[in-house]
Amino acid sequence: MVKHEQESTNRPDNTAFTQQRLPAWQPMLSAGIVIPGFLIIGAAFIGIGVALFVTSQSIQVLEIDYTGDDKTAPCYKCIAPNQKNCQCQISFSLNSTFKGPVFFYYALSNFFQNHRRYGVSKDDNQLFGDTSYFTSPSSSCSPYQYDSSNKPIVPCGSVANSMFSDTFQLYQVVNGTNKLVPWDGQGIAWWTDYSIKYRNPSVTPLQNAFNNTVKPINWTKPAYELDPTDSSNNGFINQDFLVWMRRAALPNFRKLYRRITQGDYAQGLPAGNYLLNINYSYPVVDFGGRKKVVLSNVSWMGGKNDFLGIAYLVIGSLCVVMSVVMLIVYAKFKFPDEE
Amino acid sequence: MARQRGDAGTNAASKARRQRKKKAKENKTRTVHASIRHDPSKGEESPNRHYANNKIKTTKYTVLSFLPKNLFEQFHRFANVYFVFIALLNFVPVVNAFQPELALAPVVFILSVTAIKDLWEDYRRHRSDKEINHMDCLVYGRAEGRYVEKYWKEVRVGDFIKLRCNEILPADVLLLSSSDPDRLCHIETATLDGETNLKQRQVVRSFFELDCDFDPLKYNSVIECEKPNNDLNRFRGYIIHRSGRRDALYKENLLLRGCTIRNTEEAVGIVIYAGHETKAMLNNNGPRYKRSKLERQMNVDVFWCVIILLVMCLFAAVGHGLWMFQYGDKRPVFDVLGPDGTDLSPIMSAIYLFLTMIIVFQVLIPISLFVSIEIVKICQVYFIHQDMDLYDEETDSHLQCRALNITEDLGQMQYIFSDKTGTLTENKMVFRRCTVTGVEYSHDANARRLAMYQEIDSEEEECTSHGGTLPRRDSVTSHQSARVVLRSQSTKSHRRTGSRAEAKRASILSKHTAFSSPMEKDITPDPQLLDKVNECSSQMDFMRFHSQPMSQLPSDLSDTIDFFIALTICNTVVVSSPNQPRQKVRMRFELKSPVKTIEDFIKRFTPSRLTSGSNNSSSSSLITNRSSNKGCSSLLSSPSAESTLTKLDEEHPSGGLDHTFSPVPLCYDAKALTLEEGELRYEAESPDEAALVYAAKAYKCSLVGRLPDQVTVELPHLGKLNFELLHTLGFDSTRKRMSVVVRHPLTDQITVYTKGADSVIMDLIKPPDTGNSKGKRQKKNVYRTQNYLNQYAADGLRTLCIAKKILTKEEYACWLQRHLQAETSIQGREQLLFESALRLETNLQLLGATGIEDRLQDGVPETIASLRKAGLQIWVLTGDKQETAVNIAYACKLLDPEEEILTLNADSQEACALLLEESLHYIQAKFLCSSTEPATKALHTNLALFDIYSSSSSSSSSSSHTTPFTVHRLGLVIDGRTLAYALDKSLEDKFLAVARSCRSVLCCRSTPLQKSMVVKLVRNKLKVMTLAIGDGANDVSMIQVADVGVGISGQEGMQAVMASDFALPRFRYLHKLLLVHGHWCYSRLANMILYFFYKNAMFVALIFWYQFYCGFSGSAMIDQWYLIFFNLMFSAFPQLITGTLDKDVSAETLQHLPQLYVNGQNSEEYKPYMFWMNMIDAFYQSLICFFIPYFAYADSDVDLFTWGTPITTLALITILLHLGIETKTWTWMNWLSIGFSVALFFTVALCYNASCPTCYSPSNPYWTMQRLLQDPVFYLLCVVTPFSALLPRYFYRACQGTLFPSPVQVGRQFDKLPAETRRNILSLSRVKVGSPLSARPPFLSLTKPFTNDCNKKDQRSFQGSKTTQTKHGPVLQTEEETGRQSPTGTTVGEQGFLDRYTLVPTETDTLPYTKDAAPLSTEQHSPPTKGSECLRKTLELSSWNPSDSVQLSLPPDTDSHCVKYMRNSEEKLGSDHAFHQAHRTKAEDSLHTTL
Repeated sequence: MVKHEQESTNRPDNTAFTQQRLPAWQPMLSAGIVIPGFLIIGAAFIGIGVALFVTSQSIQVLEIDYTGDDKTAPCYKCIAPNQKNCQCQISFSLNSTFKGPVFFYYALSNFFQNHRRYGVSKDDNQLFGDTSYFTSPSSSCSPYQYDSSNKPIVPCGSVANSMFSDTFQLYQVVNGTNKLVPWDGQGIAWWTDYSIKYRNPSVTPLQNAFNNTVKPINWTKPAYELDPTDSSNNGFINQDFLVWMRRAALPNFRKLYRRITQGDYAQGLPAGNYLLNINYSYPVVDFGGRKKVVLSNVSWMGGKNDFLGIAYLVIGSLCVVMSVVMLIVYAKFKFPDEE
Repeated sequence: MARQRGDAGTNAASKARRQRKKKAKENKTRTVHASIRHDPSKGEESPNRHYANNKIKTTKYTVLSFLPKNLFEQFHRFANVYFVFIALLNFVPVVNAFQPELALAPVVFILSVTAIKDLWEDYRRHRSDKEINHMDCLVYGRAEGRYVEKYWKEVRVGDFIKLRCNEILPADVLLLSSSDPDRLCHIETATLDGETNLKQRQVVRSFFELDCDFDPLKYNSVIECEKPNNDLNRFRGYIIHRSGRRDALYKENLLLRGCTIRNTEEAVGIVIYAGHETKAMLNNNGPRYKRSKLERQMNVDVFWCVIILLVMCLFAAVGHGLWMFQYGDKRPVFDVLGPDGTDLSPIMSAIYLFLTMIIVFQVLIPISLFVSIEIVKICQVYFIHQDMDLYDEETDSHLQCRALNITEDLGQMQYIFSDKTGTLTENKMVFRRCTVTGVEYSHDANARRLAMYQEIDSEEEECTSHGGTLPRRDSVTSHQSARVVLRSQSTKSHRRTGSRAEAKRASILSKHTAFSSPMEKDITPDPQLLDKVNECSSQMDFMRFHSQPMSQLPSDLSDTIDFFIALTICNTVVVSSPNQPRQKVRMRFELKSPVKTIEDFIKRFTPSRLTSGSNNSSSSSLITNRSSNKGCSSLLSSPSAESTLTKLDEEHPSGGLDHTFSPVPLCYDAKALTLEEGELRYEAESPDEAALVYAAKAYKCSLVGRLPDQVTVELPHLGKLNFELLHTLGFDSTRKRMSVVVRHPLTDQITVYTKGADSVIMDLIKPPDTGNSKGKRQKKNVYRTQNYLNQYAADGLRTLCIAKKILTKEEYACWLQRHLQAETSIQGREQLLFESALRLETNLQLLGATGIEDRLQDGVPETIASLRKAGLQIWVLTGDKQETAVNIAYACKLLDPEEEILTLNADSQEACALLLEESLHYIQAKFLCSSTEPATKALHTNLALFDIYSSSSSSSSSSSHTTPFTVHRLGLVIDGRTLAYALDKSLEDKFLAVARSCRSVLCCRSTPLQKSMVVKLVRNKLKVMTLAIGDGANDVSMIQVADVGVGISGQEGMQAVMASDFALPRFRYLHKLLLVHGHWCYSRLANMILYFFYKNAMFVALIFWYQFYCGFSGSAMIDQWYLIFFNLMFSAFPQLITGTLDKDVSAETLQHLPQLYVNGQNSEEYKPYMFWMNMIDAFYQSLICFFIPYFAYADSDVDLFTWGTPITTLALITILLHLGIETKTWTWMNWLSIGFSVALFFTVALCYNASCPTCYSPSNPYWTMQRLLQDPVFYLLCVVTPFSALLPRYFYRACQGTLFPSPVQVGRQFDKLPAETRRNILSLSRVKVGSPLSARPPFLSLTKPFTNDCNKKDQRSFQGSKTTQTKHGPVLQTEEETGRQSPTGTTVGEQGFLDRYTLVPTETDTLPYTKDAAPLSTEQHSPPTKGSECLRKTLELSSWNPSDSVQLSLPPDTDSHCVKYMRNSEEKLGSDHAFHQAHRTKAEDSLHTTL
């Protein structure tokens, strides 16, 4: 027997694998499976679509454009360049209660935060609080690496430099007096951003870390003074800064500014008149951009977005239509055959 | 190269002469001195030191050179250069898109994978080199004064080597001494050419006279020989002795590296070529690289991808320029200045951006495509190797893929060119019948015996067990090590020693002996002939006893005995015995060299030498002389000789007088004594030689020994006779004959026996003197023999003529003188010998003729029928004569008795042209009607080249666009001479036009060159895929020319296999190789390539759409890591698995429905439009995958990568599901790979997004994936996006699969049916196959699944045609069929399938299984559809009936020699096809009218 085996040294192994006979499932696209399959999927999709659409419809959104390129607009006066501390007010009224929690966004359009060279222009190590990068920022920040006097810019780079600088206050007009709507500036950025990804150098006071550096060219105040009210919200972990640094995907974007979760307004904004006070300083007219503020509440699926629900509905209906078409075609071609 | 001369011992004159010579031949020769004559210790340098030593190094790299050399080689591939260029582009700051280091990753990965593969291969080579270099051999050591063991690598040119039995030669060695008393050395060259018969090698003539002990110290000659070359069959040189005498050296003196010494105890030689300069190593070619059709097509599409890439980049660049331009001078905050702070103009930015975009979009050119294809092909080759069905149990060999990268070509073949002998037939010659002196002996009993083998075979086919334990030779191990030696030719010797089940045991027993299956050996003699042989030998014996001159014997009796003597000795068969294989049976009578000089001749042929006494004494003295030589003739002891004599005397009482005629005492090899004669084994170079020797043996006329100078034959009554072998004029293909010159021991006449092809021998027959009765008889004899020869040929037998000639001494002396001149001449020796042979072989006397059967291999007719059904055109190119070839063609169903045959035989260019013209007219006239068909008209317009010759009919084998020519039921037979004319430039178009419209083409008497020319012509002119299959050296050129060359590892050595891309053990394996593996490989690879293009386009398009939203800045929302590793890791495995394992149709179905092969022939899996369809689909899918997330996240505060990562995920899921749709069979490996890919993506993404908050600038997607997994929208997107992206494709597939399935899909549905139903359908189709002239192409209703209208019509017409068929259909057939047709218990659904499958068989070109199927009535030919309706009308018009052949011969004045070949239907068809006879005359009449 041994000899026999030796004789057949070339004999291939007779296994399912080598003989390509592995057990296999052969999906067959027969009408009997496909038509009901399409119907079931279609029905499921329509169901999901309806749910999503209803959810989306329940979300309230209020958008106010305050670019001010129109002469009649309240902020027209601030549009001229080199204006300092220009303020403008926009009043609006709510007909019904705006359910809380209400999120307050600012929105920019035509602003290409996703531009390739723009996005590269930052120094992650610097923003991580590594002081060695304070004195010599990464070359990726160029041309916002050093200022004209060759001092390092901190935070360097174009992203930081172009940080949105308008500030807002919202007042409810109650009986002719302006009642400040309190809002929450905490937790508007990602937790990982202000706890892990961005760090201030462990130097106290923070200001000392910024010695021999200059603030970004467009900034009015240095990084360690971004939030005069809360000392822990300064430097690189300033929430507004973090929100800005998270680059938007598309040229028209919103960024969360504040959340209205406190006091009388925790349950939402009651119907009535409101006044929005804007410290207008961020120029957008040059590149044809627009500035907006957006008030919105959110659901489990985020902000208002009808699209996803509609998409499900359309695809679902398409499936149903297709199954019907197939049924008709099948009936027309197959059944006479079988008779 | 400086040659050290100055052998101190040589005299000045010869030195000067050599020096002169050296100048002349500086570059053509090598001079070898004995290296031991130069003592390195004395500072003498060996003159051979410049020659390569015996250390071999086949590795490509060293440790140091690996990196540069490997990289250099890899950069020969253009794609690699491109990718490196792109990676380097990333280092330019202005244009960089990714982190430069990261951009290098893929190309480095690809390069390193290839490098590791190369390194591993090289390491294996290194290991095996080392093993070989450290093998031992005996080399004469100067210091030791004896032979010492050394490693192979230490052997140098000029060393003396001692070789023992079964040792492998370490280098090319010139044989100087052998222990063999004949100064012979036997070698086995299996590792070189696969031939296992022993080859004799001779000691250099000058050392012939030397004693057994060769003393290297006494050697002081110089060898001058050729420079190393790779011709195994050539070696020329001189040996120059000290005396100045020069002796020529031939290839017979050279032992080649890698061969094994057999049957020789010891041999000594001097190394001539060593190491890499040996012939074996020079013959060592690596695997072949061809580019497959699919790859060529793919490269076109890669080129298109480049264009698409450039267009996309250009678009983006222009867009960016415009985008920048719109801002004018006011630079927005987000448009960052250049690094140096300079302001770039829009145009400059656009130019930079163009480069950036090339980097970003580089994925479109699939970097991993080439590597993936290589991996998949290696897997495919592995699976083909592993296929049990392609494994031949008897020879323990399986299919070998020698070319690794054309597996998919196997699925696209259109033309098959096959050799006949050894390919279609077994090349196992079986003696069938013979004609002696004009009397035919039919050997009926023998025929019955052969028929029996066939039965046994079919019975035991399934029996797989080997019987019994087998004796194993000790030399087997050395055989295996011999394989190690030349692993370049790792193809082990494949031998078929017996195909019949019965012969299996014997075959393994006799594994190393050729041509010895019982079928070939045991020939049942014809009783009449046996009686006659007995009679005449006894008469001769009587006459010898009474000392009567033999010339008194009746001439027919002496001719009879001469006939058998000729059969026995006129060959080069070597005798050995099986139990001690390769141990030559030694029967020495005297030691004598062949006649070498005139003096020798005179001396030897003086009458005194013929007296027994002198011979006796001389030989006995020789024996004593030799016995004194120690070791050499130990076997030749006198006691054994005596005992032999007594034994012989006992056996042959009348043998007492042997001494008179075979005057030397018989000396048996001691071992031979124990053997029975029946066990003698014959080893022949060609199988028919052995067949003839075995045949003669059956008549008790057996060959018992062969030495260079004599042949021993044992005859009944007469005992053993020694024929002094004066000359052997070997076979060559020009002369087509061989001769031996012997001295007949009985008549003492010098006799020439010639054996050769009948065509040449018949011309050489001495014109009989018609004056006397003897002459008349001879004339009659010749006439009759010719008749029988024709008959043999018609029966498909190979014919040989045997003739003799008796020379007078004067004639012989005259011839000898010139022959010796020829032999000794150095220039043009071959030519002179050839002429010398021609001078001798004249005025022959015909003795008889033999018919040898070359049996068809198993399954050849079925394979051919099946391949033809698969739409393959099969041409047979053979060197055989026309009649034999035609008959084999009928036997293997290549030609059909029912089809007409055009026979083209012409002997001038003009005649050939005329014949071709006529054939064309004939074809056109016959099949004219079909041109009315609109479809074929459309085809006509497409024809450019062959427009005028185009003809077509309603019958079409395939809807292939590449073969617009339709194939008729015609056979074309053309002979070599006509072929030579037809292949002329002026006629080749016409020839092709005729040949391609014939269903089968048979080229007879074609030379190897013609074979390759035919293949080349068809390949180049028709632009079709060609496959050439053959087994012999004469097929090599054809195999090399064809797109795919297949070698049969048969009995004719390994040259064909060496040249081939695939080597098969048997022809019938071609069936599975093409239909199953070819189909699979093609469809797998085609689908994989298309998928690759789709995948990359889809992925890249996502980024392209994004450019509209990022100011065409080259930004990507997909993280660079995903972008770079997407192809390499995340989506790589499933496609490899699918590309390797996917089966669109099961192997069984593919074999049962050969029509599915058309799929590959027409490149239906991968047509040019499919690339674009895939591109469009890719763009659609990417639009979906981009815009659904776009709208879903519109007006939100989503950041770049939180938005981009879902897109990546969606793209991955979509791509994997797309593969899922395209995957036909899901094994656990498919599931695993897809699951693995998804898991890998998420794992990598999660790890990557959690690993480092600052490292991955600029994207830095810290915690993105983790956030996404908490977002319900992400999951909602994951459901809806892939679904909507794949919806159109899925819908299309579903519609097509259910409503208009392609043939392959039908096959797939067929797979799913229960086995019972499948059998029913198949048996039904088998019967239907029998209707030969139905006009519908296969799957007509299914071939065009894309156009609804067309389909509808086709289906209708099918419905209609079915009814017509049953109406017109033969009564005979329906009756026959109804029994088989009704599958019991078929449900309605199955009935539906039956409907579909009735389509399959009604193909025109299918070959009827005439044996099983019922006789077909002529009415059955009435074609059912419209087009064929028309055909039928024409048929009626010309009153043509498809039956026999058409004879095409030219008018006598132009072509007097034209062979008129008319097939007689009665002969062929026999009684069971009797109904054809009725139509025959009618058919012939009609043919004449047509012509």
